[in-house]
Amino acid sequence: MLNIKNLHVKLEDEDKQILKGVDLTVPAGEVHAIMGPNGSGKSTLSYVLSGRDGYEVTEGEASLYDHDLLDMEPEERAAAGLFLAFQYPVEIPGVGNLTFLRTAVNAQRKARGEDELSSGEFLKVVREKAKTLQIDADMLKRPVNVGFSGGEKKRNEILQMAMLEPKMCILDETDSGLDVDAMRLVAEGVNALRSPERSFLVITHYQRLLDHIKPDVVHIMSNGRIIKTGGPELALEVEKNGYGDLLAEVG
Amino acid sequence: MADTAVLASKAPVAEKPRSVLDARLEALDLPRGGFTAAARADAADRLNAMGLPGKRDEYWRYTDPAAFNAPTAEPLAFTSRASTLFDEIEQLKLVFVDGRFDADASDALDGEGLEISTLAAADAAGDHWAADLYGKLETAGQNPVKRPFAVLNTLAATDGVLIRVTGKVSRPVHILYRREAQDADVTIHHVIRLEEGSELTLLETGGIAARSNVAIEVEVNKEARFHHIASKRADDAKVGIGHVFARVGEGALFKSFTLSVNGSMMRNEGVIEIVGDDAVAHIAAAVLGDGTEGRFHHDDTVFITHAAERCESRQVFKKVLKNGADGIFQGKILVKPGAQKTDGYQISQGLLLDEGSQFLAKPELEIYADDVKCSHGSTTGALDETAMFYLRSRGVPKEQAVVLLVLSFLADALEEIEDDRLRDDILTRLDEWLTSRASA
Ligand SMILES: Nc1ncnc2c1ncn2[C@@H]1O[C@H](COP(=O)(O)OP(=O)(O)OP(=O)(O)O)[C@@H](O)[C@H]1O
Ligand SMILES: [Mg+2]
Repeated sequence: MLNIKNLHVKLEDEDKQILKGVDLTVPAGEVHAIMGPNGSGKSTLSYVLSGRDGYEVTEGEASLYDHDLLDMEPEERAAAGLFLAFQYPVEIPGVGNLTFLRTAVNAQRKARGEDELSSGEFLKVVREKAKTLQIDADMLKRPVNVGFSGGEKKRNEILQMAMLEPKMCILDETDSGLDVDAMRLVAEGVNALRSPERSFLVITHYQRLLDHIKPDVVHIMSNGRIIKTGGPELALEVEKNGYGDLLAEVG
Repeated sequence: MADTAVLASKAPVAEKPRSVLDARLEALDLPRGGFTAAARADAADRLNAMGLPGKRDEYWRYTDPAAFNAPTAEPLAFTSRASTLFDEIEQLKLVFVDGRFDADASDALDGEGLEISTLAAADAAGDHWAADLYGKLETAGQNPVKRPFAVLNTLAATDGVLIRVTGKVSRPVHILYRREAQDADVTIHHVIRLEEGSELTLLETGGIAARSNVAIEVEVNKEARFHHIASKRADDAKVGIGHVFARVGEGALFKSFTLSVNGSMMRNEGVIEIVGDDAVAHIAAAVLGDGTEGRFHHDDTVFITHAAERCESRQVFKKVLKNGADGIFQGKILVKPGAQKTDGYQISQGLLLDEGSQFLAKPELEIYADDVKCSHGSTTGALDETAMFYLRSRGVPKEQAVVLLVLSFLADALEEIEDDRLRDDILTRLDEWLTSRASA
């Protein structure tokens, strides 16, 4: 389970406060959604949780099960079970998608003291999972995300997630840029991973994705804080009326 | 173009006191030469006229020639094991120990489509087909820029291989350098002629000597194909200067790739003249330098001349530098009058792993034909933070992420190796080497 308490974050080399006291708990097995206006700090929260440079935590804490996340390197957080599907997946020319995946899977296994997967074992699993996401052999061979369409990049993120089997999955606008069919594929990929031990934090602007991935809890983030928490009906309310009323309510 | 004119007019002149050249020559045991005698005599005259370069020569602006000018080599301890690169590949192996051909360690000097002899043996015997080429391409390559160490090589080379290729040879010829003496100062000269329609892959690996001067003259005749892949593991070769002189004929292909790892003072010059229509010439290098193991300075200097129509040239140079390493690239494309439809491309990039390292590039285009497509680009930068974070967020440890991004950076240069097996072998070794260094 993910536990965030009173998290304050500013930019490292600028006097700009972005997160102003975030409180959030995602228990094991649950799916939570975060919605909120552009620039409210949703991506920043996901980056800070996964350990990206450039941010400074000025107050508060964040833990994943018994790991104090904020003290760990990004790769340690990953090995502890955290995964972030990027809003903008990164292109890495010259490094094959398969090589990348295998390096990541085995690095995590090694960090956890497990045996590395052999080439054969790895290929078998990856082919199977790629197939359900309709990722073809060519995409697996190509350099990471290079020349992938927007939708292909997002599906590639979900493939990585499926291979790494994290405990806590953060999806940052994985639905943006997806056509209807790709959205269904991605949602199916996520739903296939749902289990009592695994939690999800889904950042999105649209109810559409939440039709497929049913959230247990919906949070609204504004100006660096969670201003409201409710059930799935909260997302429907946002879809219908926008954020105006909610923001006014909080003042 | 203004820049170019300056460069051409500032060809090295004998601005050093005569004693530098004299001292350099005195320390050498100059071979008298058999079939090379005339070429060597001519080289002696030319070298006397031009002298050795000084720091003030425009062509040596970024690289101090002192280590090449010194009369003797500084001894170099042995640091690494013999190279096993390309071991698994079916090949014809030619071994040089301290710059001398070692017949016992080498394969027999014959193969289908090949005529091979060694310079030392052939030069003692008299007439040889290589008399038409020895020192000839080197001499042609002295214009418009002087290359005194290549002249010195023609004058002083003690051994090398002479290969005439008459057919399509599938088995690569592999020149393997080994060291036995710590202070060897070695001058090697290879001559290669690819007859019409023939094909050869030449591999070069191993540490040559404490100091080396290697020249290769290659004539690629009509529709012949030449692939050159060199791996200079300079843990075992501290100071080195190399020249490749190529003349590329109609419809022919020339491709050269060099991997350089560490070392302290290296300069590689590629001088390629495309003389036949529809020919292709590519030259590429991947360089990894670490300034902590002594000074690291690596200079690639390339001059490609287009003297025919519809030809393609490509220069791809990538240097990864850390701990105060210096990377240099001087690359020129000259398109002569009448060389229409030339397609010339040049990219040079430095990846700086810390702030103390530097990459300097001097790209030049000089074009005298109106219907050509030429482009060049040069960049210097650090590791991409976003890519680093992306990899680490997937659980890849920092050191390993650096290795992946270094390989990513070098990829375009490695792509210049056509043969998958050779490329994969280099990639695997490079990956292992980087990984072992990263965790150390
Ligand atoms: N590295 C940075 N430099 C400058 N400003 C930044 C940086 N990172 C975040 N910000 C600012 O912090 C605020 C929050 O950005 P963030 O990307 O977290 O918003 P978001 O909620 O994900 O928005 P969106 O819905 O548009 O994706 C924005 O005003 C953004 O401009
Ligand atoms: Mg965002």
